[in-house]
Amino acid sequence: MSARFDIDAIRLDFPILHREVNGRPLVYLDNGATTQKPTTVIDAIDGYYRRQNSNVHRGVHTLSQEATTLFEQAREQARQFLGAAHAHEVLFTKGTTDSINLVASAFGQQFIKAGDEILISAMEHHANIVPWQMLCERTGAVLKVIDITPNGALDMASFGSLLNKKTKLLAISHVSNALGIINPVAEMIKQAHTMGAKVLVDGAQAAPHFAVDVQALDADFYTFSGHKVFGPTGIGILYGKEALLNAMPPYQGGGNMISKVTFAKTTYNELPHKFEPGTPNIAGGVGLSAALKYMQGLDSATLQAHEHTLLKTATEGLEQIAGINIIGTAPDKASVISFLLDGAHPFDVGTLLDQQGIAVRTGHHCCQPLMDYYQTPGTVRASFSLYNNVADVQAFLVATQRAADMLS
Amino acid sequence: MATINQIQDEIIEEFSFFDQWMDKYEYMIDLGKKLPLIDSAYKTDGHLIPGCQSQVWLHAESKDGLIHFSADSDAIITKGIIALLVRVLSGQSAQAISEADLYFIEEIGLSQHLSPTRSNGLVSMVQQMKQIGFSLASS
Ligand SMILES: Cc1ncc(COP(=O)(O)O)c(C=O)c1O
Repeated sequence: MSARFDIDAIRLDFPILHREVNGRPLVYLDNGATTQKPTTVIDAIDGYYRRQNSNVHRGVHTLSQEATTLFEQAREQARQFLGAAHAHEVLFTKGTTDSINLVASAFGQQFIKAGDEILISAMEHHANIVPWQMLCERTGAVLKVIDITPNGALDMASFGSLLNKKTKLLAISHVSNALGIINPVAEMIKQAHTMGAKVLVDGAQAAPHFAVDVQALDADFYTFSGHKVFGPTGIGILYGKEALLNAMPPYQGGGNMISKVTFAKTTYNELPHKFEPGTPNIAGGVGLSAALKYMQGLDSATLQAHEHTLLKTATEGLEQIAGINIIGTAPDKASVISFLLDGAHPFDVGTLLDQQGIAVRTGHHCCQPLMDYYQTPGTVRASFSLYNNVADVQAFLVATQRAADMLS
Repeated sequence: MATINQIQDEIIEEFSFFDQWMDKYEYMIDLGKKLPLIDSAYKTDGHLIPGCQSQVWLHAESKDGLIHFSADSDAIITKGIIALLVRVLSGQSAQAISEADLYFIEEIGLSQHLSPTRSNGLVSMVQQMKQIGFSLASS
């Protein structure tokens, strides 16, 4: 397939972009929360239920074999997307939250004991905080938190001083969801490995924006959610290195994850089935596969240049509006802007933007510790995706100026 | 004192003059700015109705058989909506409050802010106002 990037054609691929909100054309800038779906994804799910629906990995009949083939093709698509060595290192989960809980439970059970340290950062999503707190409570391990600097970047000196031989796992976001900051994960993985620590990368906000190569990164675990990469909800991917996954006990028990069950002893199935008990989200896998194929069909360099233009236009425009403060100004950013308006609550700004057909996120973005750092209950966040255009950015700036005028 | 429904009808009448969303929201922002702030003694966690988006504080006092509400929020539009709710329900009898049908919210096009899926504390605030009315009416 030849790679392409034609913004007008891309916008036609996403039917929802053509509806109205409050009497105005929708300007959807809440892509950090979830992305819209192209027709190919909607059709893939529809087609699956119309033609192949049946259970996977268990029937000799034609439909079951076709469904199994589609589901395993989806795994292969995700393997390519992440640059993993083997398809069986790619596990289907419900999403990033589910993936992190899987690792906290199964890796934790095998490798974490009292006195060990787990390292996260101050900018993590609650999904990359709470499972580790729970693991620490269970095992007596200690949670350590890497500081950030005022511009939102990680404090690498803090990282260096917290990383030590007791560190068993570093769990770090590739891109911060609240601020859009891109973390230097390749360098951090290298340093963590010199101390013998494993690394989980939360790629929920990275996978929608740029190509990821888990082998080049040398990540031990990498996870993202289907719904944030133009796929359906309820499906996500957890990549794990084969040797690690093999060394970990299963997360949940049930059908499909076993090799043999007797009441005396059950032996577990091999990868990836060991971590996929029960009937999986087959339609979700099929939809995710179509979404990843869609992304892989776009020219990634042009896509990044496009998103960079959106970010730059929005940033420069916001800087012209009196009273606006952008939170997270470090240079390395995905197309996400968090901001505050002096004297106004983020809820007020978000409400007035919604009245003008602009969808943004307001609140703490599931990052309360980060909001505490900036001493604010929340921010307004505009997150841009590949189907947004400069007209969207301009509509957003006009609407924000108007909200600022009304609230001043 | 006007009844709850008379006050609701007044508000609907006032809002009928706005044909632009901006006028409506500017009016609510104004109301929010004017809302007599809750006595800071009551702006405590005990009076807080937490919402994910904005926070609301509510205080109720019973005097001569009537219930008086004062309230505040950290968001100005939420405050504007609170001002309307206080105007409708404050100074009424417990019985009237517990039985009130707040149709004005829908009529003036603010139901989106008071739908149960909104996590702005307003839904809980209305429930709490009615609950206070209900428990005083039945005591
Ligand atoms: C950085 C990050 N991690 C984890 C999550 C949780 O993802 P999900 O809700 O899809 O499990 C999100 C979603 O907002 C996120 O942005």
